[in-house]
Amino acid sequence: MAFIVNDVDISAAEPKELLFDKHVEYIANHGNDQNDFEYCMTEFLRMSGIYWGVTALDLMQQLEKLDRKSIVEFIKKCQCPTSGGVAACEGHDPHMLYTLSAVQILCIYDCLDQIDVAGVARYVASLQQPDGSFFGDKWGEVDTRFSFCAVAILTLINKLDVINVPKAVEFVMSCCNADGGFGSKPNAESHAGLIYCCVGFLSITNQLHRLDCEKLAWWLCERQLPSGGLNGRPEKLPDVCYSWWVLASLTIMGRLHWISSDKLKVFILSCQDTDTGGFSDRTGNLPDIFHTLFGLGALSLLGHDKLLKVNPTFCMPQYVLDKLKINTQIISV
Amino acid sequence: MSDNSSDEELAPDWIPYRQRSDWADVTPIEQDDGENPVVVISYSEKFKDVYDYFRAILASSEKSTRALELTRDALRLNAANYTVWQYRRDILKALGCNLQQELQYIDDVISDNPKNYQVWHHRRVIVEWLNDPSDELRLTESVLSMDSKNYHAWQHRQWAIKTFNLYDNELEYVDRLISEDVRNNSAWNQRFFVLKHFGFTPEVIQREIQYAVNRIRLIKNNESVWNFLGGILHDGGASISQHEEVLAFCEELYNNNVRSPYLIAFLIDLCQEKCLREENAESREALGRRVAELCDGMIREHDVIRKKYWQYVVDSFQLKLNRLKANNDGERNDGTS
Repeated sequence: MAFIVNDVDISAAEPKELLFDKHVEYIANHGNDQNDFEYCMTEFLRMSGIYWGVTALDLMQQLEKLDRKSIVEFIKKCQCPTSGGVAACEGHDPHMLYTLSAVQILCIYDCLDQIDVAGVARYVASLQQPDGSFFGDKWGEVDTRFSFCAVAILTLINKLDVINVPKAVEFVMSCCNADGGFGSKPNAESHAGLIYCCVGFLSITNQLHRLDCEKLAWWLCERQLPSGGLNGRPEKLPDVCYSWWVLASLTIMGRLHWISSDKLKVFILSCQDTDTGGFSDRTGNLPDIFHTLFGLGALSLLGHDKLLKVNPTFCMPQYVLDKLKINTQIISV
Repeated sequence: MSDNSSDEELAPDWIPYRQRSDWADVTPIEQDDGENPVVVISYSEKFKDVYDYFRAILASSEKSTRALELTRDALRLNAANYTVWQYRRDILKALGCNLQQELQYIDDVISDNPKNYQVWHHRRVIVEWLNDPSDELRLTESVLSMDSKNYHAWQHRQWAIKTFNLYDNELEYVDRLISEDVRNNSAWNQRFFVLKHFGFTPEVIQREIQYAVNRIRLIKNNESVWNFLGGILHDGGASISQHEEVLAFCEELYNNNVRSPYLIAFLIDLCQEKCLREENAESREALGRRVAELCDGMIREHDVIRKKYWQYVVDSFQLKLNRLKANNDGERNDGTS
């Protein structure tokens, strides 16, 4: 190739098969084996950490490796009785991000009734702003991530009618850029993670027709680098989490086949840690639970036979959404 | 990562709160982890000490100078803890603290944690309280000089510019960043943001086409500038093929054997659009063949990884073209009957 590209090299020694058992072990031990520092430092996102682990294990049909009862008890303790929102951990303030994680875990465990669902709905509704956007918590940060969280939470608990959906759609569409992508706010740079949030949002609210799919899907296809990995913005390095965000968005738009699945698979598998299990952000780095879920999720979207089918909008096993009778809009081309 | 890396954040002569006489009146509150294996946390001693006392002041709602100092220690150990940040704001407000000093403190935290959501949010709230954005362009500039694509810094900068109408010198700054790194997509996005604010007049569009073209001449295979060019033409309201000089420029590059996928993709767009508007049947055929050839080049050689996309592009273009021909034939028949 004559042009210089910001990318990684994948050596022939990197793993080519899914290290299934290693990942099960890695995730199942995640809560026990943590050294002090890392575990303290991740307290503020503990609830999401549990969601990543639970979902990953469920996709591998190994959910029984985690203690359901103690997880559900933990979630109950994290719900704020006043606002109805859920915190990352006891002693922290409730936040939209962790409220979604908590609701996702409870849906997987089929026990939404263990928390105050009306409180959750009240919490989400309280965060909607006059322009249709959502705060992440009561302190006022606005981001399209929170628009996604809001409609995802409310759909999972079957209470979408408590917010102004047309206004919410209007705000998300105001974050669409000339390149077809979306950023965190109006005029903010297009970013694959935020595109996933906006496409997922439109898929949940049945508004995919508002997208310029050709333009957006093309921008997303451009994220694939010669190594096969996907980056999140032009000129950035590939990262396993973008395998999920880009691929899920393309799947929702019915254009997964526009990129090279084979090469992407090679990249994702090369990010596995052969010693400890788990996936890292890119080849050769240390694994973490976040990239482990998104590596497995992307492989599931690519149809890996050892993994359950994942829903591209919710990043949860498809059977869970089937059970809840939730249909998300997907474009078929 | 080792336990020590967190402790090093505290000064060498740091004394645990449990040993401080001026904190003897406070009873620390330990984290109640229960018997839940998912949330067992074996804290480092210093972390535990600081957070046990933080929980205590939170529980008693103590808002004092020492509590403010305690939040500083707590944030030094974990700058991502948004509950601590919020409580710090409550204290700042209650004590009527000097917020300019707080801005200086945030400067330090941001330079250590430039990708931390909470500290940027804190910054924004303090600037709003002060209603004084005079330091925000400098701050974001300094962060962007370390990492020119830091999303948090760009968001903050856009917020400050939009909220306090600081657009005037922004194009110069963006121009400097683009000169330093012509592939900086964030800078191109910022350029678009500023242009959109002032409005896309024909003069602006003409100037920006030149700006983009000159930078493509420097580096041809640069996705950011090609996307920018497409955006300028599109938001200017004109169809891309109406700007003949852009088409001529692309053809010139192509004839000089430039085979950047972005160039060819742009040419494919231009030729498709021109073809579907062409009245003359022969010219239309020629343009149609050109589109097919260019797509074929992408599929076989220049963008093989996305060959299915290009197959889709050429197939759907053929469909459109056939439909157009059928319509034209239909109209001719209607006219004669």
